[in-house]
Amino acid sequence: MSTVEKFVNQDGVIHAKSVVVRFAGDSGDGMQLTGNNFTEATAIYGNDLATFPDFPAEIRAPAGATFGVSAFQIYFGAEDVTTAGDDVDVLVVMNPAALITNLKDLLSGGLILVDAGAFTDKNMNRAGYKTNPLEDGSLDAYRVMAIDITKQAVEAVKDFGLSHRFAVRCKNMWTLGLVMWLFDRNRDATIDGLEKKFAARPEIAKANIAALNAGHAYGETAELPSGVEIYMVPRADVEPGLYRNTTGTEALAYGLLAGSQLSGLPLTFASYPITPASSLLHTLSALKEFEVITFQAEDEIAAACAAIGASFAGSLGVTSSSGPGISLKGEAISLACATELPLLVINTQRAGPSTGLPTKPEQSDLNQALFGRHADTMVPVIAASTSVDCFEVAIEAIRLATRFMTPVILLSDAYLANASEPWHLPDINTYEPFPVTHATDPDGFTPANRDASTLARVWAKPGTPGLEHRIGGIEKDFASGDISYDSDNHQKMTTLRKAKIDGIAQFIPEQSITLGAPGGKLAVVGWGSTHGAIHQAVKHCRQQDMDVSHIHVRHLMPLPTNLGDLLKTYDRILVPEMNTGQFVAVLRSKYLIDAQPLNKVSGQPFKIREIEAAIKVQLEGVSR
Amino acid sequence: MNASAQPLTIKDFTSDQEVRWCPGCGDYAILKTIQKLMPKINQPKENIVFVSGIGCSSRFPYHMNTYGFHTIHGRAAAIATGVKLTNPALDVWVITGDGDGLSIGGNHMTHLLRRNVNLQILLFNNEIYGLTKGQYSPTSKTGTQSPSTPDGSVDAPLRPCSFALGAGAKFVARTIDTETQQMAPVMLRAHEHKGASFVEIYQNCPVYNDGVFEYIKDKKSAADTRLVLEDGKPLTFGADNQRGIRLNPKRLALEIVTLGEDGVTEADLLVHDEGNMVLAQMLADLKAPAFPEPLGILYCDPMAPEFVDGVYQQRQAVRDKKPPADLNALLRSGHTWQVD
Ligand code: SF4
Repeated sequence: MSTVEKFVNQDGVIHAKSVVVRFAGDSGDGMQLTGNNFTEATAIYGNDLATFPDFPAEIRAPAGATFGVSAFQIYFGAEDVTTAGDDVDVLVVMNPAALITNLKDLLSGGLILVDAGAFTDKNMNRAGYKTNPLEDGSLDAYRVMAIDITKQAVEAVKDFGLSHRFAVRCKNMWTLGLVMWLFDRNRDATIDGLEKKFAARPEIAKANIAALNAGHAYGETAELPSGVEIYMVPRADVEPGLYRNTTGTEALAYGLLAGSQLSGLPLTFASYPITPASSLLHTLSALKEFEVITFQAEDEIAAACAAIGASFAGSLGVTSSSGPGISLKGEAISLACATELPLLVINTQRAGPSTGLPTKPEQSDLNQALFGRHADTMVPVIAASTSVDCFEVAIEAIRLATRFMTPVILLSDAYLANASEPWHLPDINTYEPFPVTHATDPDGFTPANRDASTLARVWAKPGTPGLEHRIGGIEKDFASGDISYDSDNHQKMTTLRKAKIDGIAQFIPEQSITLGAPGGKLAVVGWGSTHGAIHQAVKHCRQQDMDVSHIHVRHLMPLPTNLGDLLKTYDRILVPEMNTGQFVAVLRSKYLIDAQPLNKVSGQPFKIREIEAAIKVQLEGVSR
Repeated sequence: MNASAQPLTIKDFTSDQEVRWCPGCGDYAILKTIQKLMPKINQPKENIVFVSGIGCSSRFPYHMNTYGFHTIHGRAAAIATGVKLTNPALDVWVITGDGDGLSIGGNHMTHLLRRNVNLQILLFNNEIYGLTKGQYSPTSKTGTQSPSTPDGSVDAPLRPCSFALGAGAKFVARTIDTETQQMAPVMLRAHEHKGASFVEIYQNCPVYNDGVFEYIKDKKSAADTRLVLEDGKPLTFGADNQRGIRLNPKRLALEIVTLGEDGVTEADLLVHDEGNMVLAQMLADLKAPAFPEPLGILYCDPMAPEFVDGVYQQRQAVRDKKPPADLNALLRSGHTWQVD
């Protein structure tokens, strides 16, 4: 498809149901900031949207290097938007490296807005261009708006007495101003934000605002090349209410605080820096007015252990990392299983193995979450589907950990952590509290006492008179909780620990159909952040009268009790995952069904059309 | 229970669990001393928590009728930090060994000491891995023969008190398993100290490393092999305290002198000063047989800031400035917009 088919051009205005814009430049060009500001203005405008920040692992790559290109993509429109979009309609590039690395995703006929001032011989050489692409005709399939943005920006801020270096830095705001003109966005929120951000340096704030306004004015007044017009993207029909944008990290942090409030338990959040999980530690560390103590431990193991110590002492211990760090925490998680203490373990998954691609998403730690520990140590596993869903999943994870006295693993990923979407803000007072009580009565107390229905062990915290007791990693006697080397007792305790986790299935919602109907030719079954792409793909296919449904699974251990029966009502099952086929293997072994994998491990989320294509292949197979 | 007004006794602190150390193990004597000491530390029993790692010594919490957590190898320090962060009022004792605390758990020990978390660390040093059947440990003397080093260990041992001082510990002491009289006051001081109190205990493992501390445990030679430290007192030892420790300023080293010989008087001897870090490091370096080994409190800095206090003070300072926590308000902070 090209943009020409997608858009209607009328009276110099392009009418589009939805648009994908990507900002790309050097790490130091401020593309993430630019993208976030445009996102905010777009949300305020009333479009539905989703974003995908895509930045390099290098903190300060050499200027102009292709591996230092940082990009921010936003998909916005009048319809429900659940991914950051497959193909780019408008590509904003700040240098040759950004052009060469991003051009392949631009639709033919798409618009390139480019800083011609950055196309110096040195930059073009570094990016690998032999001739200037702005002049050699290689961009003829696109509409190109080449402006010496650097020069324009420096000119716009010349009255503020900035050094040349600082003046050049304003080029991202100049560009943002022009893009805002292109899409008829309001600049007020950005101006507000700049004033706050640079409150201590008003001359910088003023210069940036001047650059923003100059970019916008340029669009209004300059003679623009033919084919460059304003885009009109109608507002989305969204539920009334109060909204904000949120990343998965923010929603997760707030969800943890919500879980703390609903359970009545303070949190002790212990973590060790690792990309892309660290931002959760940063966010919570700045919220000291809430009942959360944050602790940057000396290593991943210490973080898990400090969280366990916190749970032993009566708070809820939370530890957070990404795959490699979770590997290090494995032994400690098993201790929490053995001692039946609550613990929340958050894994913001990234592409691996080992350091892998630390800023890129993958769903390849599912096996680790389900099976990655020594011995029989089943742990409930729950995954977030969207940035906003991180809030709900955090609350649910705390509910499970405290109600069943068990570690819980919460899976997010690098995409959800950084991607933002509008959030219809919930009212915390409408959530059902699940208050946690610690034991206080010495009468008949043993540390092995359990709840008959949940099988959860009693939680008695140090400081409580008369309940002095010892727990530890050695097997415990079923009745007294004292250490026991008895073989029959070990059998009994292992069975009990498994029964407790299996039994959680009775306390979670039955599996519902996310989109579609029970029975039929094909169900696309997903978990985690593939939700958006699967959802759009299934929706498109259903609009074309294809018999396909979407089933999104949130609880991955234990699985909902009706999942197996539900899946068996479909002729075929397709399981798209950003790994080499982990959940599909679980479904095949657990339900003896011929579920088929669809795998992608390129460090990039699924495109909608990739899933659509796989759906079509599956359905052709059925009709044959 | 501590509900009655009756003073607590050793019985109150003795659990009903069968003790499973080998006969003659130094751990028994340490356990007895600690159990006897508990009624004297003026803590409600329910506030006392023993946290241990893995190893023979780490079975200790099972025998104390207090709160206890027998955790995983090397991690007691980290788990105890989590306990204190969550409830600073608890009186936490970390029980560890040379393998647990200085090999697999060396990193956590370093940071526990550096942070100065208010708790007591009792490191049972038997210079061997007991529970795993006798392999050499990071404190074993070079040449130690063990199942994993049948021809003798090659690597140099680590000195626990030097390690602790290097990590920034603010209270460092040493004692001997069977020396109740000497150990009890050291433990009381360790408990009194606000911060991470590190106590190395020379502990005999009669099964795998018998007699390794005999040079200092043997009462007959004790006068010559022990340098018993007393704050403000000259560093003397030997029969009738006739010998002493002097600083040789030219070599910047400690040396042994005999009072009355070559005109040496007590005024020439170093005077122990618990607050002197340089002296503490020099004392921690003294090794038999060239020197007597110091027992007692090598170093104590009661004024150093404590970690958990700092965390809570900082939190309070932030809370004093911010409006009270309101989750709905937090969700609605930043840019919001209304859709009608
Ligand atoms: S092996 Fe050694 S340290 Fe361990 S219990 Fe036996 S004697 Fe004590």
